[in-house]
Amino acid sequence: MIVAETKPIEEIYGFIEPYNKIMVLGCGGCVSVCLSGGEKEVGVLTSALKLKRKIDGRELEVVEMTIPRQCDWEYFDLMGSRLDEVEAVVSIGCGAGVQALVKKFPDSLVYPGLNTSFLGVGEKPGVWVEYCQGCGSCVLGLTGGICPVARCSKHILNGPCGGSEKGMCEVDPKNIPCVWQLIYDRLKSIDRLDLIEKIMDMKDWSTATDGGVRRMENPEVFALEHKQQEDKEPAKG
Amino acid sequence: MAETEEKVEEKQPKQPVDPNFVPKIVAFCCNFCAYAAGDLAGSTRTEYPSNIKVIRLPCSGRVDTRLLLRAFEEGADGVYVAGCEEGSCHFAEGNYWAKRRVKNAKKLLDEIGIGGERLEMFNFSASMFDKFVANAKIMDERIRKLGPSPVNVAAAKSK
Amino acid sequence: MGEAQEKANSSEMISGSNLEKIFRAGHFAITTECGPPKGADVERLKEKINHIKGCCDAANVTDNQTAVVRMSSIGASAILVQEGVEPIMQMVTRDRNRIAAQSDMFGAHALGIRNMLCLTGDHQKFGNHPTAKNVFDMDSIQLLKVIDHIRTENKVIGGDDVEGPAKMFLGAAANPFGDPFEFRVFRLAKKIQAGANFIQTQCIYDMDRFKKYMQMACDHGLDKKAFIMAGITPLKSAGMANYMNKFVAGISVPDEIIQRLKGTPKEKQAEEGIKICLEQIETVRNIPGVAGVHLMAIEWEHKVRGILEQTDLLPRPQV
Repeated sequence: MIVAETKPIEEIYGFIEPYNKIMVLGCGGCVSVCLSGGEKEVGVLTSALKLKRKIDGRELEVVEMTIPRQCDWEYFDLMGSRLDEVEAVVSIGCGAGVQALVKKFPDSLVYPGLNTSFLGVGEKPGVWVEYCQGCGSCVLGLTGGICPVARCSKHILNGPCGGSEKGMCEVDPKNIPCVWQLIYDRLKSIDRLDLIEKIMDMKDWSTATDGGVRRMENPEVFALEHKQQEDKEPAKG
Repeated sequence: MAETEEKVEEKQPKQPVDPNFVPKIVAFCCNFCAYAAGDLAGSTRTEYPSNIKVIRLPCSGRVDTRLLLRAFEEGADGVYVAGCEEGSCHFAEGNYWAKRRVKNAKKLLDEIGIGGERLEMFNFSASMFDKFVANAKIMDERIRKLGPSPVNVAAAKSK
Repeated sequence: MGEAQEKANSSEMISGSNLEKIFRAGHFAITTECGPPKGADVERLKEKINHIKGCCDAANVTDNQTAVVRMSSIGASAILVQEGVEPIMQMVTRDRNRIAAQSDMFGAHALGIRNMLCLTGDHQKFGNHPTAKNVFDMDSIQLLKVIDHIRTENKVIGGDDVEGPAKMFLGAAANPFGDPFEFRVFRLAKKIQAGANFIQTQCIYDMDRFKKYMQMACDHGLDKKAFIMAGITPLKSAGMANYMNKFVAGISVPDEIIQRLKGTPKEKQAEEGIKICLEQIETVRNIPGVAGVHLMAIEWEHKVRGILEQTDLLPRPQV
């Protein structure tokens, strides 16, 4: 799941300063689950912005709306013509949602209401932890299903470093477990310590963000799209 | 758990108290304790500040951030939630949820510029009508000292 | 110790650094540390160099230690070369990717630097630029492999030929007290397998645990594949002992040492700390598999000579 946090009210308030009528658009996907961008959070942000405006002696009209996902085109249709009513939109979807909105409605002014943080798991109610960095070449098969790329503060592939003490990482001993301790314990329990007795070679980061902007194609579906375009073209010969 | 009055005073810059100011205070009261205690206060003819607007809830756990903010949007100068004593919630843990939400909303109110000290949480049982009265008085006094909510100040200016 | 040298002697000299020669001649080696200044103050650096000149076989030049910005380890190491003290240039992967690391190594070699210690480096959170982006393209073990690849294959890791030889005597750090303890020796083995010729340990106070660690290392034959040096840091006061014990990850100071310092009047604690340090040096010299001492006198470089003069380790042998 994509985990995101609400931006400081002050920052969002600054974005919408010039406008009198805005939309606060929530997303029913990941950010709803991590309680930062769903229907309820739309309500809270709306109230907060309205109150702050009132203190400044100005009214703010807000259209509240939440669509199932902001990262797929079809859901934007659910917004109907509500977008035409407002001067700007504060999206509390993740960074992908905000940008999809901009791409879909190039004439609209869209501002982010969240800081998109990481790919994670809700470890317990109210606590989300980074588990994956989307590096593009998964090493979980060599590390007992526990990721050192995302969960080691120094992304060490041959850990643990000297900063591992009593199972915790020195970068934040209260909150970050030493992932190499976890990997060691896990591999020991499944009798596969042999996996980390070998040196893990330098990683190919070209599959990560370091390789440039990434894309993924599904040849079947992608080909279908081409086919449709081809269908529209006049038949040759 | 409630903020002490000394602490609240430290937070707020001293300003002259307007003797004519009657704060609008909303009290979200749990049906099983605070609301019943309010009833009892009535039956025993114990007086409490008349500017407290009581809203009856099935449980203090019914409050959420939005509801608390809405009260301020609608013109409240102060808001408080009154739930059962900790460990005695009719729905097991509703009052603990309320406690966390109030704590969180206080932070948000600070961010907005209204001030978290205008929101409070109290816990007492159905028989403690004296507590109902005492807490109503605490809140009334506190808000009188703080003056009208910045939202209401701005609204008055623009008129 | 003899066997280690036997093995090492049988292979060819790698970089021919003074440190390498000392080890190969079978001497008990002494290294120390020389932290570059927080700026370009060459005079201050030279002052520090003077404190350790003649007391060690080589000196570690730290690379922005604890992520605090200082003069580069390459620049400072080059000054050590000029001043006649052999440097062990440290390099961390926190601030360099594989391109910079290889390039910097060539530059260092060209400036006469022949020892290099490969580290992952402290997280930037601990330094004076906690908002920086880190690199960590590789970890210390992978960096060792990259530099080892250059000296054995004469090719950069990307495959191109290297112009002119560039051979470093390679070192690595080891923390015998980090967790999980059982895995520490395996990790040491990985470092040696990756190309480390010598190992400097984190400062040791818990001698019993270190003996156990060395026993395990010897059981794996690691003392015969690399020269293992015991890290020693003199304690200046009971307060410092307490701090190291409580707040520095991977360091444990036994209670008896803390108590011993506490039981000493404040003005005599530094002296007592040095006494403890001398005892520790004697102890590690007698632990099988220990080929030298790495004396880290943190912000106490001027005491190094005084400490070593009380042992029979000075003057340093000429090789």
